[in-house]
Amino acid sequence: MYAIEMKHIVKKFGSFTANDDISLCVRKGEIHSLLGENGAGKTTLMNILYGLYGADSGEILINGKEVHLKSPLDAIYYGISMVHQHFMLVDALTVAENVVLGSEPHRGIRFNYEQACKEVAELGEAYGLYIDPKEMVKNLPVGVKQRVEILKALYHKSDILILDEPTAVLTPQEVNEFFEVLKHLRAMGKTTIIITHKLKETIKIADTLTILRKGRFILSRTVKGADEKELAEQMVGRQVLFEVDRKEMPKQQNIALSLEGITYYKRKKVILNDISLDLQYGEILGIAGVEGNGQTELIEVITGLTHPDNGTVSLNGELIKEASARRILDLGIAHIPEDRGARGSVSAFTLWENYILGYHRKCNYQKRGILDVRRVRNIMKTVIDDFGIRCNSTENLMKELSGGNQQKLIIARALSQSPDVLIAAQPTRGVDIGAIEYIHEQLIRFRNQGKSIILISADLDEIMKLSDRIAVIFEGKIVADRPVSMFTIGQLGSYMLGNAAGEVANGEF
Amino acid sequence: MESSKRSNVFISIGSLLLALLFSALLILLLKYSPIEAYGAMFKGAFGSKNSWAATLGTATPLIFAGLAMAISNKAGVFNIGGEGQIVVGAMAAAVAGQYGGGLPKIIHIVICLLAAGIAGGLWAGIAALLKVKMKINEVIVTIMLNYLAVYFVNYLVMNPFKAEGMTARTNYISESAVIPSIIRNTRLNYGIFLAIAVALIFLFILKRTIMGYELRSVGLNPSAAENAGIAAAKYIYIAMFLSGAVAGIGGAVEVLGVHKYYISNMTVKYGYDGIAVSVMGGNSPIGILISAVVFGALKAGASNMNRMTHIPSEFISVLQALVIIFVATPAIVRRGKDRISKGKGKREG
Repeated sequence: MYAIEMKHIVKKFGSFTANDDISLCVRKGEIHSLLGENGAGKTTLMNILYGLYGADSGEILINGKEVHLKSPLDAIYYGISMVHQHFMLVDALTVAENVVLGSEPHRGIRFNYEQACKEVAELGEAYGLYIDPKEMVKNLPVGVKQRVEILKALYHKSDILILDEPTAVLTPQEVNEFFEVLKHLRAMGKTTIIITHKLKETIKIADTLTILRKGRFILSRTVKGADEKELAEQMVGRQVLFEVDRKEMPKQQNIALSLEGITYYKRKKVILNDISLDLQYGEILGIAGVEGNGQTELIEVITGLTHPDNGTVSLNGELIKEASARRILDLGIAHIPEDRGARGSVSAFTLWENYILGYHRKCNYQKRGILDVRRVRNIMKTVIDDFGIRCNSTENLMKELSGGNQQKLIIARALSQSPDVLIAAQPTRGVDIGAIEYIHEQLIRFRNQGKSIILISADLDEIMKLSDRIAVIFEGKIVADRPVSMFTIGQLGSYMLGNAAGEVANGEF
Repeated sequence: MESSKRSNVFISIGSLLLALLFSALLILLLKYSPIEAYGAMFKGAFGSKNSWAATLGTATPLIFAGLAMAISNKAGVFNIGGEGQIVVGAMAAAVAGQYGGGLPKIIHIVICLLAAGIAGGLWAGIAALLKVKMKINEVIVTIMLNYLAVYFVNYLVMNPFKAEGMTARTNYISESAVIPSIIRNTRLNYGIFLAIAVALIFLFILKRTIMGYELRSVGLNPSAAENAGIAAAKYIYIAMFLSGAVAGIGGAVEVLGVHKYYISNMTVKYGYDGIAVSVMGGNSPIGILISAVVFGALKAGASNMNRMTHIPSEFISVLQALVIIFVATPAIVRRGKDRISKGKGKREG
């Protein structure tokens, strides 16, 4: 018996076909993974199922009966709930208040808060998602907020849950706990659809999967016996290299960048606490950590955007303390900012204007203060070809490019002046598999040239895959620093949460 | 880039047309004939050689004021103080013009313009200093500085620099400082070429020089500029100074080319009109040239409309305000455009 059948769904936005004859069948009580790259049409399809968009053609059956969903209210009526990537919670309310919002238990015209707390507590216990109903939502970590969202869905008696990129914001430990919750829901007979582009997670948790690519249905199958590499190729539509071609480097190399006792305070709070790190030539040093543990400030100190209260930074043995961002760029420390929109680029600038940003004073781009526009355009054309940046021309505005192509341009810019050290922060965030693969290749190639990289990433798989050495940062302190082979991903996650010994609390990953 | 430019032009023109349409309704409410009124206005603006001169002569200070606004805007600061900087610059030119009678014409004019530019630039620089050092909002400071400038210059013109006679004005500048008229007995003088030159230089600096590139990056995304090693504070000073200088030179051209002395309140509201010009010109130098001529024509035409139809010439402020309202709410114009193109699409489909 199918809980959901979507047949031949077509959805067009203007001339763009987001869903082109897509069919999706999900059995009752299973976890179904809807896979695809950004822009594959996953979210559009789910928004149709949730009643946010109407399909241009096609039919939807829920529990075997044809339905016409005109709004989310209709979807909720049929027992469908959707948990969005960005949580829809009221921070200033308690867990119970959030969960019952919209169908509050009441006594006369008064809101019965005690009753709400009781119901929410019972519901949580029944589904293995217990949360203190009287806790304020703003005090909860992200992983727990997600549980509140799921509780909300259950409170509204949903049998079908749609989760949009549910693990994007979670730490590895939280992901494990989240999977336990999903299994529990399955045991209770609930049907779950997770929208994701993460293959590992799909293989780990889902029963069945459907792959979409460029708005089209590619395949649907059981997860059992599926091969990660094949699935990736189906998703991207071509061969994907999973292994990176890492050249062996001699053991002892010169030190490129050295941090000594870096300490930094912000509003009297210690943000960086006595950080010392050495970066060798020919090495990728991964900085792992839950976001907000000082990574941003560490990058700002190295790139000269802020100056530490204590400690020194040296490049090739020379002190560069108190240097401006401009001087540090000139010295050969390039930077891929963690937020490409905010720091990495000017969205209303053309591609070539963005390509020279930070290096615009170089003599091959200008003469006596006047930009050599023709030359820069020509260089840009070559870069567009070399890096496979998809655009119409050098005069495109940055904001007209997809995230992956913007990131390619930023990486091309950072590598253009052959720096000694590259600070790569979240280099593949929000980027398609195809582009991720390409960016990883570029980073490894740069390292293989004997250059060095500090890689800051929230994606542990990426850190594990690219790094030679990993340092874990927790509350502004480096709590572990050793070669990548000496970490398991579980230990790494454990260090990230501040467990000093790196014990694995929630089983092996 | 091309498409967004095109849509800006569309919004500007659409706003102007909508404003004319609404004004026509208001004229109808006043029981006049809009056709007659606009006819008179058009005649007053373009009907004869002299009306052309009035249009372009009025456009000249508006070009300077509009450019002043745009220069600061490009660096992400809002210089609402054009009015004060114009007044300060005009006074500086009037004073510099009174002395140095023996100097060659070109040198004397340049000295007057420099004095005005420096005075206007430094006046605007006060706002930049307060913004950088004390993080005080430049919009408020420049508005306040407008009042200070007007009253301070009024004091000067009524006391130390007052010419003999009843009116509060300075003495005539010496002949060597006068910018010649293009058409005799009209406002139109060779200052308009200076205004056009400033617009073209501004365009070149913005698009082709490192300074313009850095200035725009600071205005569009200060964090990314900081990341690229560009000092935002430096560009707040540069942009404010240049903006004030251009406004000040605009004031000087009014003194040297039109009045030949400074008279109290002679530049009324050019500074504020500059905001409208810059907004309708989409902050681009070429756009400002065009929109200054449009506003110049409206102003020049308004007095003729007043003579022919008894609609007060102040009515033009209503029209001007409507243009700004429509430019500032592009959604209104865009909706109209979408409706038109949708209708077309349906017919084609």
